[in-house]
Amino acid sequence: MPNADSRELALRMGDNCLILAQRLGAWCGHAPALEEDIALANTALDLIGQTRLWLGLAGEMEGGKSADDLAFQRDARAFRNCLLVEQPNGDYAHTLVRQFLFDAWHAPMLTGLMKSADPRVAEIAAKSIKEVDYHLERSTDLVIRLGDGSEESHARMQSALDDFYPFAGELLTPDAVDEALAEAGLALDLQSVRSAWRSHVAATLQEATLTAPVDAPVRKGGKQGLHSEALGYVLAELQWMQRAYPGAEW
Amino acid sequence: MYAQEVKSTGEAVKSLKEMSPEERAFQEKIDAGVKIEPKDWMPEGYRKTLIRQISQHAHSEIVGELPEGNWITRAPTLERKAILLAKVQDEAGHGLYLYCAAETLGVSRDEMTEQLLSGKAKYSSIFNYPTLTWADIGAIGWLVDGAAIMNQVPLQRCSYGPYSRAMIRICKEESFHQRQGYAIMMQLMKGDAAQREMAQDALNRWWWPSLMMFGPSDADSVHSAQSMAWKIKQNTNDELRQKFVDQTVPQAEFIGLKIPDPDLKWNEEKGGYDFGEIDWNEFHEVLKGNGPCNKERMEARRKAWNDGAWFRDGLMAHAKKRAAKKIAAE
Repeated sequence: MPNADSRELALRMGDNCLILAQRLGAWCGHAPALEEDIALANTALDLIGQTRLWLGLAGEMEGGKSADDLAFQRDARAFRNCLLVEQPNGDYAHTLVRQFLFDAWHAPMLTGLMKSADPRVAEIAAKSIKEVDYHLERSTDLVIRLGDGSEESHARMQSALDDFYPFAGELLTPDAVDEALAEAGLALDLQSVRSAWRSHVAATLQEATLTAPVDAPVRKGGKQGLHSEALGYVLAELQWMQRAYPGAEW
Repeated sequence: MYAQEVKSTGEAVKSLKEMSPEERAFQEKIDAGVKIEPKDWMPEGYRKTLIRQISQHAHSEIVGELPEGNWITRAPTLERKAILLAKVQDEAGHGLYLYCAAETLGVSRDEMTEQLLSGKAKYSSIFNYPTLTWADIGAIGWLVDGAAIMNQVPLQRCSYGPYSRAMIRICKEESFHQRQGYAIMMQLMKGDAAQREMAQDALNRWWWPSLMMFGPSDADSVHSAQSMAWKIKQNTNDELRQKFVDQTVPQAEFIGLKIPDPDLKWNEEKGGYDFGEIDWNEFHEVLKGNGPCNKERMEARRKAWNDGAWFRDGLMAHAKKRAAKKIAAE
């Protein structure tokens, strides 16, 4: 079994969860309704749990590093999350649309990974999918209600979609690593995730009376460690304690 | 305890003889330990006092998300981050049950929010202090949740059914939070000099504000006397404060922390600690809005509410469209 590739897969999955959770955590106490505060904290909590599993696996394959070592001791170039999840929170519409575009990828991705040839990967995917199915249900519902809501909510959701849609392509476009993973049976072919994503997103946007940008350029690079400037600041906050007090236990 | 200086009727407690037949039946029910439920008859003063107390408690849970939320993105390990997220989520959940309990008394959540944002309704003074280091997250869990539990445990027996039931759920979670907070402090005290200093500094800053959470001495307060007759409140502020000090001092000593009070001394005769005078001037200043973070806390809540108006309106607009479509289809 090509260990290095499973490790890369675990890093990509774990980093997506970690960076998105970090973004969501910043909303705590500032969301537009109490129920949203609870829901975002809950989603962030799920994603941190998943981060610990994925980075735990990646660390194990890196010769006994812990999930914390990987979360707190790597610099931006070593992070493998897609650009979408590191994008700033913006208004609540941006946060919701980012979540929706991600969830619509995350759910079919995990469903596929449940059949991974690496049983450790399959196990993490099986644990995560229950939570992520719910994330997708929730973000889909809010996209529909706010897209087809008031004039202002529609305009805000459309604007968020225009801004973030270009980042979704990265999740759906295979690179050499994705191809090798699929070849080895460790992961699924991203083409199948792409079709599940497209049909779910198209149906949701139609009901939400929102329009996907046509011919949006794909913005990518995160999977190879070429991030947007936003990531450095996310890591500065995330890693500050561990960097300021090296070796301390908390 | 997240409710300080809750005003009651401001009048002396009536004797059973002075009461109308309805009031007397109500008081007898309370005295017999029968819970009052939303549809039961109740004196207007009882209803109003409870609304004040429950909404103040709910607001405290919500504002309390801010100082702790301040450390979510900086929590030092993934496990600590998860625990803190879960805790803050619990606090928001407590706010939700409490608003629901208050709604059974005929006030809407929007009205209560309005009162908080306009400054008419209060929230606990403790959340107007800043969380400056990671140790503050430990100190809040240990001391602030610890102090809250002191007050909330007896509130489980409160005469008003919905409040009492909300408190039963809340207490279970709060005691968990307190242990988690203490675990943070314990870990820091096992750490290096910088970590131990961080823990001691947090205790130094949070100790006195935690004692203030119980409110001023209320032995002579008419508000307190009426609330006690109605079993909305079960113990005096001083009783609870004493209990908190007696419980907390040994916990501090056990992990090598020093309580920042030169007058603290075990009093064999009373079987409890004597402790120094609280700076009530500071307490009243914080309640008046002059604490270190009052302005920031209220600004954050107002901003969340104002920035979120489009979100709430959008959901309402959608619900209306859906209802209209349903009617059209019928």
